[in-house]
Amino acid sequence: MADTTHGEGRLGPSFPPWLKKTLTTAATVAATVLGLLFVTFMIGRVMPIDPVLAVIGERATQEQYNQTFRDLGLDQPLLVQFWIYVTDVLQGDFGKSIRTGQDVTTDIGRVFPATLELATLGTLFGVVLGVPLGVIAAVRRGSWIDQLARFVGLIGYSMPIFWLGLVGLLLFYGILGWVAGPGRLGIFYQGIVEPITGMLLVDSALRGEWAVFRDAFSHIILPASLLGYYSLAYISRMTRSFMLEQLGSEYVTTARVKGLSEWQVVWGHAFRNIRIQLVTVIALAYANLLEGSVLTEIIFAWPGLGQYITTSLLANDMNSVLGGTIVIGTIFVGINIFSDLLYRFFDPRSK
Amino acid sequence: MSTSQGLRNWLLSEEPTSRRQARFASWYKGWLTLRSNKLTMFGLYVLAFLLLCAIFAPVLATHDPFAQDLGQRLLKPGENGHLFGTDSLGRDIYSRLLYGARISIYIVLLVVMVAPLVGLIVGTVSGYAGGWIDVLLMRITDIFLAFPRLILALAFVAALGAGIENAVLAISLTAWPPYARIARAETLTIRNSDYIHAIKLQGADPFRIVTKHIWPLCISSLVIRVTLDMAGIILTAAGLGFLGLGAQPPSPEWGAMISEGRKYILDYWWVATIPGIAIFAISLAFNLLGDGLRDVLDPKEDNS
Repeated sequence: MADTTHGEGRLGPSFPPWLKKTLTTAATVAATVLGLLFVTFMIGRVMPIDPVLAVIGERATQEQYNQTFRDLGLDQPLLVQFWIYVTDVLQGDFGKSIRTGQDVTTDIGRVFPATLELATLGTLFGVVLGVPLGVIAAVRRGSWIDQLARFVGLIGYSMPIFWLGLVGLLLFYGILGWVAGPGRLGIFYQGIVEPITGMLLVDSALRGEWAVFRDAFSHIILPASLLGYYSLAYISRMTRSFMLEQLGSEYVTTARVKGLSEWQVVWGHAFRNIRIQLVTVIALAYANLLEGSVLTEIIFAWPGLGQYITTSLLANDMNSVLGGTIVIGTIFVGINIFSDLLYRFFDPRSK
Repeated sequence: MSTSQGLRNWLLSEEPTSRRQARFASWYKGWLTLRSNKLTMFGLYVLAFLLLCAIFAPVLATHDPFAQDLGQRLLKPGENGHLFGTDSLGRDIYSRLLYGARISIYIVLLVVMVAPLVGLIVGTVSGYAGGWIDVLLMRITDIFLAFPRLILALAFVAALGAGIENAVLAISLTAWPPYARIARAETLTIRNSDYIHAIKLQGADPFRIVTKHIWPLCISSLVIRVTLDMAGIILTAAGLGFLGLGAQPPSPEWGAMISEGRKYILDYWWVATIPGIAIFAISLAFNLLGDGLRDVLDPKEDNS
């Protein structure tokens, strides 16, 4: 990867390479999404719960049962059922939630902004602290700051997130009282701000409700820094290894020989070349936080997608679980494709 | 002293006289590298300690891990002979931790037996067969990789029902794709080498080539990945236990213990905190060991 002189392309096919690449990517995405749906479909089918009984309840007559059985399409062959499922999902219809009685799509639309807000703030922490930490650790290799980066990473990979959340809650809320407790907003501030985006910090700022903003911030700061810590561990580790690779290459030596200042060598040359890789890593860290939020949301009673999925799970509400799973899975695929495309467009070596 | 010195010389000999000597020598040199890394050795000691705790749990435990005593509930650590205190049902936390170590190690061992094997089979078949089989298998692998691990495990457990065995199955189902990727990459580099062609000319069938000549060469990269993965497996299992989807009460699984203590965290901090320290210790130990093993088994990848 450090080889910047590498310029020869692969043996070209008969039609334009960009077209072929785009088609391959499109086919890959389609196949992956279809596979994703197939997996969730099969999970829904092997469930020990009878989907008909879940809808009509235990006391329905045999006639009602048969009616619903047909309405749900369960008398059709499996392949036809899958086809119905795929067309429904592609139209944004995940079925009804048994627990809330609403469409799963509506439910997810309601809870998703909370998760997005949390994950975004968390990633922000991770980037702001993790990138400089990684860069400095690479430049001062073996120094105390490098040890610190290693330590941060090791703790991040070994600590159960839900436990760290509990300890954080105990320390900063229970003992020190620096932050607000579980939940998204104190009871006095609820219902003041009309939702615009669904993200409380953004909404309260847009409406100019600064008291609400402060309270929301006091609630989000702890879970967001917790998630941020995990993305910090990942981002700083990756930044460090990218930077080491660049710093060891010849153009850096040339820059040094030319007499450039250390600052220019590090930030002006080496760092410039890892930007694309870094964006990819940050995108992946972001996707990981969406997943990491499942346990965090439980600890902090955060009304987001993760909590929605687990509560539904414990209530045997399969439509909601699978809907949430598909949403997160699709975001994962989307982010992966996005970082792939990013490489293709901005890295001249891959052209 | 003299015999151990002789053994050492035999192991470090520059000109091994037999295959066995050469093999032992390479193991011994690996061990020396491993031993020179203090952090790795620390991880190894912690792990050995936890393993001993798990094995000798009945001897070391001061109380029955399941015995409830409501008169003794939520005692502070050290009170009334309870080293780490008691939980909300008056059960001794220290004894439960010891038995919990068995569950964690049991889960890790089961997953480690299933996931890498599935990955190895899928990856080597995919890499060796090539063509549409390769495309199909790798697409399936990608689909599983596209799912976030915990969410997929959640969905599987939801479908299969909660419990340790199903948690193991769910974690294995989410853990195999990276192994398949690694095994396939290794296979692709091996499949066109001369010795494989030679065996083919001798008439070996694909099954024999894959199992006898490709698998052994994939093992070392898989072992590294497995050790680095173990912490993740433990954390996922603990997460499932915490959510109530892994081991079921009254089983002393660490994640479930944290979940039980969660309600009392503000007043009785030790109930939830102490099992968390145990989870942290075991996954940290696996991570340290994994880093060290990677340095020994895979000198190409200088990650220090």
